[in-house]
This record gives sequence, C-alpha cells and structure tokens, in this order.
Amino acid sequence: MWEYTDKVKEHFINPRNVGEIENPDGVAEVGSIACGDALKFTFKLDENKRIKEAKFKTFGCASAIASASALTELVKGMTLEEAIKVTNKDIADYLGGLPEEKMHCSVLGQQALEQAIANCQGAPAKEPGEQIVCECFGVTDREIEKAVRENHLTTVEEVTNYTKAGGGCTNCHEKIQAIIDRVNITSEPEGLKEPKQKKLTNIQKIRMIEETIEREIRPSLKQDGGDVDLIDVIGNRVIVATRGACATCKASQFTLKGLIEQKLREFVSPGLIVEEEPK
Amino acid sequence: MKTIYLDNNATTQVAPEVLETMLPYFSELYGNPSSMHSFGGQVSKTIQHARENVASLIGADPEEIIFTSCGTESDNTAIMSALSVAPDKSHIITSRVEHPAVKVLCEHLTQRGYRVTELPVDRDGRLDMELFENSLSRDTAVVSLMWANNETGVIFPVERAAQLAHERGILFHTDAVQAVGKIPINMRANNIDMLSFSGHKLHAPKGIGVLYIRKGTRFLPFMLGGHQEKGRRGGTENTASIAGLGKACQLAARNVETENTRVKYLRDKLEDELLKSIPNSKVNGDRTNRLPNTTNISFEFIEGEGILLLMDQFNICASSGSACTSGSLQPSHVLRAMGVPFTMAHGSVRFSLSVFNTEDEIDFVINKLPPIIARLREMSPYWKTESPVCGIRDTATQ
Repeated sequence: MWEYTDKVKEHFINPRNVGEIENPDGVAEVGSIACGDALKFTFKLDENKRIKEAKFKTFGCASAIASASALTELVKGMTLEEAIKVTNKDIADYLGGLPEEKMHCSVLGQQALEQAIANCQGAPAKEPGEQIVCECFGVTDREIEKAVRENHLTTVEEVTNYTKAGGGCTNCHEKIQAIIDRVNITSEPEGLKEPKQKKLTNIQKIRMIEETIEREIRPSLKQDGGDVDLIDVIGNRVIVATRGACATCKASQFTLKGLIEQKLREFVSPGLIVEEEPK
Repeated sequence: MKTIYLDNNATTQVAPEVLETMLPYFSELYGNPSSMHSFGGQVSKTIQHARENVASLIGADPEEIIFTSCGTESDNTAIMSALSVAPDKSHIITSRVEHPAVKVLCEHLTQRGYRVTELPVDRDGRLDMELFENSLSRDTAVVSLMWANNETGVIFPVERAAQLAHERGILFHTDAVQAVGKIPINMRANNIDMLSFSGHKLHAPKGIGVLYIRKGTRFLPFMLGGHQEKGRRGGTENTASIAGLGKACQLAARNVETENTRVKYLRDKLEDELLKSIPNSKVNGDRTNRLPNTTNISFEFIEGEGILLLMDQFNICASSGSACTSGSLQPSHVLRAMGVPFTMAHGSVRFSLSVFNTEDEIDFVINKLPPIIARLREMSPYWKTESPVCGIRDTATQ
C-alpha cells in the first residue's frame, strides 16, 4: 500500500473543483488512457486577469486526483505570470509530499497548467523541435530536461518516477541517461541546495566499479574457481564477462548477476544494471 | 467496522482449527524432529501425519511431498532441478501469464543462455494447445505452466499438457498455488512430474510451501544442508507450520465441495449483480474454466487504485491489475497478455472469496460498489454520461 499523507487522502476523498468550465480562457489535456494518467484542466480569468476559477477531470490513481485538486486550489487568484512559476514540487509540497514513485502525478499537473496558460496566450501547445524520447508513454526530451533540472534528478529510475519515461520497454534508458548527463553538466547546483546524490563522472564510476569488483566480488568468485572482468560501462549498464568455472556453469551464473549487481549498487550507484557480454 | 475480505488469492485467514493445531509447537513441543530422544522424536510423528494429510489432498503418496518455505521456493526448486538434471538441454516452455515466481526466474534464465518460450493466451486467457504442442522440442528441458491464474482464475488444461510433454520425455511442472484446495486434484490420475503450492492460500500460515515430486523423477535439491526431507531440502523443519498445513489440507479436502457450490454461488451472485448494475463493466477471463472463488471485473474509464481506496473506506478488501497498484507503470502482465484494452485494464478489480465469506458481505459489496464507480467516472475525462460507449472497443494495444 502506498504511504499517502493525510492531505493526499483528504484531497482524494473530497476533491475540489471537479468538472469542466464552459468557455474557458485556458484549456489543456495531458497524458493518455494508455499511460494510465490523464488530466483535463480548464480555467477562467477575472477582469484583473487573475485566475478566477479552475476545474479538472482526472483519469488516474488517488495521487493523480489529489494532485489535480491541489493544482486548482493553488492557482486560484494568481496572475498568469505567477501561475507559470508553479512547479511540480509546489503541487507535491501543497499535499505534504508524494511517494517518489508517484511524483509523475505532480508533473502531470504542472504540464497541464503550463499548456493551459500557453493555450490562453494563443501559443502552440508544444514547442517546435521537441522530440519524443519515451515511445511507450510519449514523453519528450524537453519534459525530461525540465523534470531533471527542477527536481535535481540523477538516475534513470528517478526520471521514471517523475515523468514515467523509461517505465515501459526500457529501450530509451540510454537516451534518458544522456539527457541527465547533459543537464547536470550544464546546470550549476542552485545556491545552498545540495543535489541528492553526488554525480559521478564516468571515469570515477568506472574506477569505483573496478575497485568494488576487486575488493567485494572477485574473492568470493575465486573460491569457486571463477572470475569476472569488467568489459564496458555504458551509462548505468555495466557489461561484464565471466571467466573460469563461472563461464561454463549455467546455474552459478544465475546467482552471479545477483551478487555483482547487489554489490555494485551498494558500493557505487543504486541505478546500475549488470549485463553479461554477449558471447 | 467489520473487514470484508475478498482478497483470498493474495492470502487467506488462518483457520481457527489450524492455529489450535500449531500452538503446542511454539511452546511445550519445541523439540527438533531429527533428535534421537523421544522428546524430539514425537514431533517427527506429527510431521509424518501432516505429510499424509497433504498427500491425501492431492492424491499423492507421502514420500512425494517436500516441505519448503513458500510457493516461490517450490517453483524455483522445481525448475532449477529440471535444468540441472538435463544439462545438455537449454529450452524452457512457460506462459506469458505466469506468477512472477516462475516468470521472473525464466526471464533471468534467458540471460544465462536458456531459450524461453512464453506461450501467448487468447482474449479469454486460454492457452493455445496446438501452439504448445508445436513448441515442444528435443532441446526442451522443462515445461512450467500454472494450473490456475491468480488474477483471473482461468484454469489451464495442465493435465493434457503434461501428457503431451510426458510422451516426449520432457519434465512438466505446474504452479498450483491457486488451484490446490479450490478444485479437486488427483496426482495419481495425471502425468505431472512436479507441482508447487503454498500454505497461506488455503488457510494455513505464511512461510510454508509444498513441492510435490513424482516418484522416480530425477531431482537435485536447491537448498543444500542437512538430511531433512530425505536430503531433498536442507534446513530444520518449520514444525508448527507443517502441523498447521497438515490440518489445513485436511479441512480443504472437506471444503472442496463447498468451494464449488456455496463459494461459487456467492462469486456468481457478486459478479452478476455488479455487471447488471454497473454499465461498461466486463469480466476478464474465461468464465467456464475458472476457479470457483475468483472474479476479475473491469470498470471502463476509471483507474483501479481509486476504486480500491474508496472500497477501503468500507473495509472491503480486493486487488487491482491497474498500473498504479502494481508499483510498475504498466497494467497487469496477465491482462496485457490477454489484450484487454487500456480503457479496461487500468480499471480492473479482482475479488477472490473463501469459505469464510457470507452472503451478507456479498450483498454489502453489491450495494456499495456502484456509487463508488459512478463517483470516479464523474471525475474521469473519458466518461461521457450522455453517450456511454457500450461493450468493448478494439483499442489497439501496444
């Protein structure tokens, strides 16, 4: 069962502003039924160009409904200039936080707000030049960049939690890693805020993997007459080759991945995936 | 408020008689069954008695029963043993709708050089037997097919499948975790080589499983250690749970008929009434060849987690195949394998009953669920009350 805050539960049980405004000033539809989350968001401005009314309809889990309800409450009374500054974190904070795996619900809310404001101002919903990175959930490079930058994400798993990108067939994991690397190199950490995890350079990462294999893994394999070599590190994928007894024993290889991956995740980085070199 | 527990495919309540049987083994009868003194020795008699009851439930001989820690251990033991005794073979046949205890293991084995055929199922969750037969090859080391599906309750014709494998000298394993105790099983009348099941699905406690291995089947243990279970599974016996499982199997043998009459009647009533009162709802899976206690119903255009949490307000317990409840981002692999459209898959709810459920409880759910569904649909951007989309649409699945 998910650990929802009381505020999330309260907004799920008694959601505010459910529905659709007729003749809205701004409207947006984000997500899709295939993705399991969808949100239709509408708002109306008053004579002072402040958001007078905001309504939503959501297809999704409890936290998606609560996030949409929170969004409509948050933006009421704001000018468009103020509203555009609302981040997914503001939505999550309003609810007293969301489980990591559910952060994409707050991102969906923020995206709906941004699109509805763009719609109100007569701009196209998507910027030209945007590219779909995750085909399964239709997530673009710009959406991933934004989530990485605003939430200081460092691993593919975190990106999946926040945007759903990479949560399906996993084919786009390398592309996502490349975006993470690009964003984290160009953006300096803001002010006093420490990034969640210190980002390793590739060389540091490879060195740490080598050390961990030497110290934690090789000795126990050697006891059984086996060995392992590091072949390559591509993003979070660690390619290894097994040697000696390990290379011919099908059953022992079954636990081998478990051992190597567990140790590397423990000592180097939790996002690592160990793969065997194709023979 | 009273808990209405309709999630018996997840786990079951320990029967009072089972608990009573177990208690002495936590206090005065704490001896080790392997000890030479009669204080420990008396416990080994209990284990023998339990083994007889377990064997009797599935029409097996006591020597064919190995006690393990859970269904997952039994599944892993069976498949790894079958591969070990046939080191020159590297093909495994299973299905797309297996429990993770088999599915994840087989996926893992593909990375270790094994070729795995995952047989597809049709829209009703049924296996294509012709395709199965054509998949059997000289290189096939083992077939592992579940007897009944945990999410839909659909029953596979495992006895026929085992016969086909047997004719070709291929070992056959079945994960019968959901089937044992719910439908009659007689191992003397089939060719299944190995069968797994678990105590906590039939009113015994969690942490006790069974692996049946047909006499004469070559076997290599998974857990190495002491001589327990005739050297086939090392580790000091979980004496209290084994005693409890023996009792639970004795009760299950008596209750199989109730499962297929009274429990089935309650399940059918729940299903029929919900389908009648809630538009755009549909049962997932073959309704003929199905466990008597399970129904999996999709409510179109809404998401399962919301349904479960609103039911939780009335202390009604069930499960969902939606993405949000599974912890992954995609809906249940079983419903996806069946090609259930996304509009339906996310809003699926599984109700699984037991002999402890009453008609009052079922009536309560029949009464409470329709307003919950209506409320969530009001919030859904896909639900159009003025023009409800009827039945199933052929939404392309990814």
